[in-house]
Amino acid sequence: MTRQEFERHLLPLARRLNELLHARPFDPAPAHQVGEALVAAHCTDPDALSSTLGVIDSYLVLYCGRSGSPELSTEDSRARCARMQHALAGGFTLALRERTLTEQEAIARSALAARSQAEHALHATEARFRAVFKDAAIGIGIADLDGNILEVNDTLTRMFGGLEHHVRSHKVHEWVHPEDSPQVWKYYNELVRGEREHYHVEKPYFRNDGTVLWTNLTVSLLRDSEGRPEYQLALMEDTTERRLLNLRLRYEATHDALTGLPNRTLFFERLEKTLAAKNGTRFGLCYLDLDGFKAINDSLGHAAGDRLLVEVADRLQSCATAPGEMVARLGGDEFVALTTGPHTEDEVDELACRILGVLATPIRLDGRELTVRGSIGVVEGPAAGARTAAEVLRSADITMYRAKSAGGNRFELADAEADARAITRHGLTTALPAALDRGEFFIEYQPLVHLGDGSVHGAEALVRWCHPQHGVLGPDRFIPLAEHTGLIVPLGRWVLEESVRQANFWKERHSDGGPLRINVNLSPTQLHHPRLVAETVDVLERSGLEPGALCLEVTESALIGADDDLLKPLRQLAEMGVDIALDDFGTGYSNLANLRRLPVSVLKLDRSFTQGMQQHPADPVDLKIVEGIVSLAHSLGLAVTVEGVETGAQAEQLRQLGCDTAQGWYYARPGAPDRIHALLLADAV
Amino acid sequence: MERPAWAPQGIDISVPSVSRMYDFYLGGSHNFEVDREAARKAMEFMPGLPKIMQANRAFMRRAVHYATAQGISQFLDIGSGIPTFGNVHEVAQTADPAAKVAYVDHDPVAVAHSQAVLEGVGNAVIAAADLRHPQDILKDPVITGLLDFDRPVALLLVAVLHFVEDADEPYAAVAELREALAPGSLLIMTHASYEGIPLSQEQAGGTVDVYRTIRNPLIMRSRAEVSRFFEGYEMVDPGLVSMPEWRPDAPVGEDQEDPFAFSGFAGVGRKA
Repeated sequence: MTRQEFERHLLPLARRLNELLHARPFDPAPAHQVGEALVAAHCTDPDALSSTLGVIDSYLVLYCGRSGSPELSTEDSRARCARMQHALAGGFTLALRERTLTEQEAIARSALAARSQAEHALHATEARFRAVFKDAAIGIGIADLDGNILEVNDTLTRMFGGLEHHVRSHKVHEWVHPEDSPQVWKYYNELVRGEREHYHVEKPYFRNDGTVLWTNLTVSLLRDSEGRPEYQLALMEDTTERRLLNLRLRYEATHDALTGLPNRTLFFERLEKTLAAKNGTRFGLCYLDLDGFKAINDSLGHAAGDRLLVEVADRLQSCATAPGEMVARLGGDEFVALTTGPHTEDEVDELACRILGVLATPIRLDGRELTVRGSIGVVEGPAAGARTAAEVLRSADITMYRAKSAGGNRFELADAEADARAITRHGLTTALPAALDRGEFFIEYQPLVHLGDGSVHGAEALVRWCHPQHGVLGPDRFIPLAEHTGLIVPLGRWVLEESVRQANFWKERHSDGGPLRINVNLSPTQLHHPRLVAETVDVLERSGLEPGALCLEVTESALIGADDDLLKPLRQLAEMGVDIALDDFGTGYSNLANLRRLPVSVLKLDRSFTQGMQQHPADPVDLKIVEGIVSLAHSLGLAVTVEGVETGAQAEQLRQLGCDTAQGWYYARPGAPDRIHALLLADAV
Repeated sequence: MERPAWAPQGIDISVPSVSRMYDFYLGGSHNFEVDREAARKAMEFMPGLPKIMQANRAFMRRAVHYATAQGISQFLDIGSGIPTFGNVHEVAQTADPAAKVAYVDHDPVAVAHSQAVLEGVGNAVIAAADLRHPQDILKDPVITGLLDFDRPVALLLVAVLHFVEDADEPYAAVAELREALAPGSLLIMTHASYEGIPLSQEQAGGTVDVYRTIRNPLIMRSRAEVSRFFEGYEMVDPGLVSMPEWRPDAPVGEDQEDPFAFSGFAGVGRKA
């Protein structure tokens, strides 16, 4: 209220008091209403009353006393004024009391209303929380800090097997399970001491039927309004099913579907774990490959093969039942057995023997008795031996092959040297294709000399590999590998092209030097290659060398038992004029009668015959044999070439025995093409 | 832990309430002994507190008159407290019977009492909400049901911001409210300060301590700090001044007003 407003409010009240003062008959009661009006104008301060009474006392009679028509005596006026003041004070007090009581009641009512609203809201909240608690899909439990379980919801009870007293009968810290992770109880103690607000773990529990319940557990500390730890709240999610599923998926990922044995993945995990062990444990590994399994599979079918593998797997499993032992299937017919412990040096041998032993009993399959044998490579050593699992397995694999090539049905122990050899073999095999691309092969030529006059009659092409690490390697080191991998076909073609090109070059340089032949070796694989004839013709045509200048050398062993199909390409080549030489003759027990059937024109006597002639005097038996062969060859219309001639005496003797041509260190070692060139020039002189 | 919006606030009338203390200073009886005890303790340090409250009340009345004179017919009074003599709706509706007034308070007893007082009163509502959560206010269905925020609103933050600590980000809250108002809106504010109190800061600090013990700290802010609440608004003449100096009905004489009435700041800003 502004000052002016307040004045407007007070002025009528003052007038009223003036009227009362002069009213006849005098009645002070209406002053009562003036007091009420002050309270209504919010003049509720006790000071307001005393100020008002003071003003009336001092000024009402003074200013208004004489204004009335019948003038009052001063005494009368003062008496009336006093009575009016009493009435005003009474009215003020009554109004103030009324007002105070009303406001007090109003505020009390408001406080009650607010409280009941809050209680209502609290009740609704509680009902909401209760619903969350009761109907939650996760288990919820509340316990005090001593571990007494105060409340659990139905979900939690169900998770534990359905008996609430079972859940409540244990304190929180009594729910120990052997598979608890080590931190669980550390976290728990920190939480109940108020040092940790919450923790989250995977935790197993026993249900009331003794089965295990796996949970995803979150525990939170609840504090009171002063911040003191009060309760612990556990939220748990049942992960038992998920865990089982995970276990099953893990099982499937780590086990062989056919035999149920651990697979390569699990085996590697186990082996790696074993090899990572720090203490003095040792390990022994048996790498088993069945002998002739492919033949069984091919002849009886894959279904039978699979059943055989299952039976083998069962038997193997029975061999490795001790703790620290395991059997796994790596794939196909390859199995491994692993043993670990301090005494594997002896145990691994026993294990290998047991395996061969259980395989010895024939396996009945579709009414047949099949005898299955196996080859085992054994690796044994200290676990902390700085070898990786892959290295150990490769060593076992190599050793297994050693057992197999020694005839199978046995076990061999790994040794470092054999490994190294095999590893080199392995390295060379894998390096072969790139070597051909990179031009690491080259050809050396060894002259073939006419024994009659000592002239150079031709040369044999001999392939070499200039290996970037191992240096120059002879054909014995890599031709068998090339045969094995099939690389012999492109390699052989390259040798043929290169040699024919070289022979043509010589021919052009020495048109007066008579016919000059080039001998090129053919490997058994090449012999079977369907494009042998076509490619040879192609090479000859492109170079311009006449077929008669080419002699293809085939080993006697490659032609033993050869049928017409195999001989057909050779016949075709022979008909074109290409000479075919039978290499290493005399080492293969060939049927001499068969010689007539073969399209060969040259016999190359193996160096073992000439070795007997290096002594002086020469071995008479060797002489007789060579004489007989030469006579036989000549009667069949075949020329005879001898290899390994190292001395002049040998050369002379062979000449007397009727041999046609010779090669050997006596004449020249294999060398670069220009050396042949030099020899030819020397001849021509 | 933050209380979720739907969880009820507890009622504890054994704890003094600033709105019931305010009522006591103004001579009302809407209070309990705990409120009076705290108020009397505060008055031991600053006997002029009732004068400050009266000046505050008087400023509010003048400011509401100013707003209605400017054609504003919507009022949002945040921190309205216990309805007492000369409420905003009474003042506003006297000048403009169509004026709409929305009260906001976070004290459940004040809210309950306001509900009782406003029963049967048209165009005046009360909502329970907290200045520290402006979006709760701006989206409250009771408020949005009455006020149209696309039109100018007079926002009253009278004797309330000095109860919001800096940690509760009062500047951000006020900025959010300023932002929500339509151009032409007014911000009507008073704020406690050590500036203008006819006492040493030490003495006045006793009152601040009383409010701290009842867990409703009283935050004294400087002129510059109070000015920041008006950021982006144009100050209506005479700017940020003491309460009696803001557009007095009659020229202010030092002798007419109690010296305590000049404590703190009052001002009105307008959104361009």
